[in-house]
Amino acid sequence: MNVLTILWHEQKIFKQKFWTITSSSMISPLLYLIAFGWGLGSEVIISGTSYMNFVMPGIVAMTTMTVSFGTVANSLNISRTYDKTFEEFMTSPIRIWEYAIGKITAGALRGMYSAVLIIIIALFFKANIIVTGFFVLVAFLNALVFSSLGFVVGMVIDSHLEMSKFTSFIITPMAFLSGTFFPIEKMPFILNELIRILPLTQSTIGMRTGTPLSQNAWISPSILITYFLLFLFLSIRLCKRAE
Amino acid sequence: MIILKNLTKTYGSINAIDQLNLRIHKGEFFGLLGPNGAGKTTLIRMLSTLTPSTLGSISIDGVLMDRDKSRVKSKIGIVSQHTNLESELTAKQNLELHGKLFRMPKDVLTKRIDESLEFTNLSNRKNDIIRHFSGGMKRKLMIARALLHSPEVLLMDEPTIGLDVTARRKLWDLMKRLNKEGMTVILTTHYVEEAEALCSRVGFLNFGKIIALDTPTNLIRASGEFALECFDERVNETKNMFFSDRETALEKAKSLSTSVNIRPTNLEDTFVLLTNRKVGENHECFNHSLA
Ligand SMILES: Nc1ncnc2c1ncn2[C@@H]1O[C@H](COP(=O)(O)OP(=O)(O)O)[C@@H](O)[C@H]1O
Ligand SMILES: [Mg+2]
Repeated sequence: MNVLTILWHEQKIFKQKFWTITSSSMISPLLYLIAFGWGLGSEVIISGTSYMNFVMPGIVAMTTMTVSFGTVANSLNISRTYDKTFEEFMTSPIRIWEYAIGKITAGALRGMYSAVLIIIIALFFKANIIVTGFFVLVAFLNALVFSSLGFVVGMVIDSHLEMSKFTSFIITPMAFLSGTFFPIEKMPFILNELIRILPLTQSTIGMRTGTPLSQNAWISPSILITYFLLFLFLSIRLCKRAE
Repeated sequence: MIILKNLTKTYGSINAIDQLNLRIHKGEFFGLLGPNGAGKTTLIRMLSTLTPSTLGSISIDGVLMDRDKSRVKSKIGIVSQHTNLESELTAKQNLELHGKLFRMPKDVLTKRIDESLEFTNLSNRKNDIIRHFSGGMKRKLMIARALLHSPEVLLMDEPTIGLDVTARRKLWDLMKRLNKEGMTVILTTHYVEEAEALCSRVGFLNFGKIIALDTPTNLIRASGEFALECFDERVNETKNMFFSDRETALEKAKSLSTSVNIRPTNLEDTFVLLTNRKVGENHECFNHSLA
């Protein structure tokens, strides 16, 4: 029940900042689509399809990641260290893990919202993107993984500067390396294996596959669920400590 | 009743709160007075369940805080020193969030929101975003929010800081009214006149310890009810001397060559007297002869 209160709160903020949120989460996918979609266009064929069609699921995965992570990590960080609104939750009789669940869910939904926006934009670029149930499932798991990671980071890191360091050193490299813009098979062996462990890689693979029927299709969701449970566990531990 | 037992909070080598023992009774208007860095905020945050103690315990109406934080939380209302409102939401939404967090039934919540916006004079601004509010309006809203769930104890950390004189007086009246209606009010301030005007009992806090604890009247009486104020031209400083009766004060005044003024001692004098003694500075202020 208390989780619903947290979601209610997030929804009010979403409504209040609707245009800011909508426009800002459209900027980078739009740029990627222009550069890699139009720029490289349909002339380049990669993994047996046009580059545009290849890059689309990657861009959806990447944007879901940055939006889910950024939303939760930044708002929690600001709430804890800058505008102190975290105190309002800490001094109310709700349990802080309920706050965590609410925050993480809201962050994941925000990630999904940005995914919907990109897919709409992609239609204008005549990308041939097939949204299956499996695609949506993987995208949502991806969003959950990164919003829970955002919660952990937002709880642990105390300054805004450290926060942007985390983004520069972890999130951004992951966005570029996880097979978003190229097939990871092109990477040298060791790097290839390393990249494969990253959650975003698994999301991209899962979303490119798009169907639960192909061979090994459930590997990606399983790995994502493991990551999510790990980050969720850490989030709740941190909440207990904060209480 | 709130009971603090041997309460201690250390930050590294600093004892922000140092082995504090204190009982605050139901319905009391209790003032914590102290200079900057005395530990007032730390103590209020500990009472608010926000800062865990290093040692010792707090209990409210027999409930140990560490045992049942949720119970304690539902009994207290908190107005912190800094603004901590949701700045992108409206006044009404901020209150709504609070009510939902405290699991107030919907009909009660709606009624209480209207009431509290009414008595803080914010009814006409209820749908405005907090970001556009003035400091005084934010403070009033924070108080309205702290009162929304009808707490038994109201904790306020320097609630009148940054308010203009009129707003401060209005807030004083509001706090007095709440206390009359039976609410226990605990307030920190470094405005001595605020404590003098409001509190039934005052604790002077310095370096995390309570160095004096009594009613304002008794505290003033203890330092001498008559203050002799004179300006020492050699060091360009106003000096005060305190006397328990007017005659002795007058006699002393006659022996001085500078112009003097005899006035009733106020809590501020007592405060300065006590905190300075504690710090060990300006000792000569109080027994300096200008003759
Ligand atoms: N989070 C903290 N970390 C380290 N020191 C702190 C912290 N909070 C307060 N202090 C120290 O504790 C002492 C009391 O501070 P505080 O309670 O804020 O005083 P007041 O509210 O009376 O001005 C000060 O010396 C302050 O520097
Ligand atoms: Mg303070």
